[in-house]
Amino acid sequence: MMIDCREASRLISQNADRPLPLARRVQLRLHLFVCDACTNFSRQVRQLRKGVRAIFW
Amino acid sequence: MQETLLAALAAEKSFAGRSNLRTWLTGILKHKIVDSLRRSTRERAPEVELSADDLDELFDASGHWREPPQPWPEQAFEQKAFIQALEKCLAALPARTGQAFLMREHLGFDTGDICKELAITPTHCWVLLYRARMALRQCLEKSGITR
Repeated sequence: MMIDCREASRLISQNADRPLPLARRVQLRLHLFVCDACTNFSRQVRQLRKGVRAIFW
Repeated sequence: MQETLLAALAAEKSFAGRSNLRTWLTGILKHKIVDSLRRSTRERAPEVELSADDLDELFDASGHWREPPQPWPEQAFEQKAFIQALEKCLAALPARTGQAFLMREHLGFDTGDICKELAITPTHCWVLLYRARMALRQCLEKSGITR
């Protein structure tokens, strides 16, 4: 049931492109709750999006 | 368009009044468009199916990050240094990876449209996007944007 950072990082990226199935979303949420590195990565994915928008404005 | 008119002239003899001129020309134009799309897909370099396996090297045997992502300044995207570093890192991405990423993040395409545009499978598409994000975060942290 618990996923590792490798898998969590893939889910974080996919989550930025399409809605995850409920079970995956729960797994990711549980992982993020205990993992600072993946929480950082999740924020970075959003910051990259904002950065790209800032470049092309 | 020129091709359409040339094709029209060349085929004029076969236009035996079976439909009006406009329908006939429109028909030719449609065929031309389909032709050119087919051609551009065919001419593209053959695409090797990507997997994300090589990205596994970024993690140790127990699945932890070898270089854990760091917290970035909250409003990093408002800082000139961050934007400049991001531009550099984007330019350093492999062509396909960069295209897919910008289609997604700049043009706001959904992955279905990106797949069609790049003639790749949905799996390939998300691997490219994942690859882009992993490469960009590494590249940006190397350029020293962490707080």
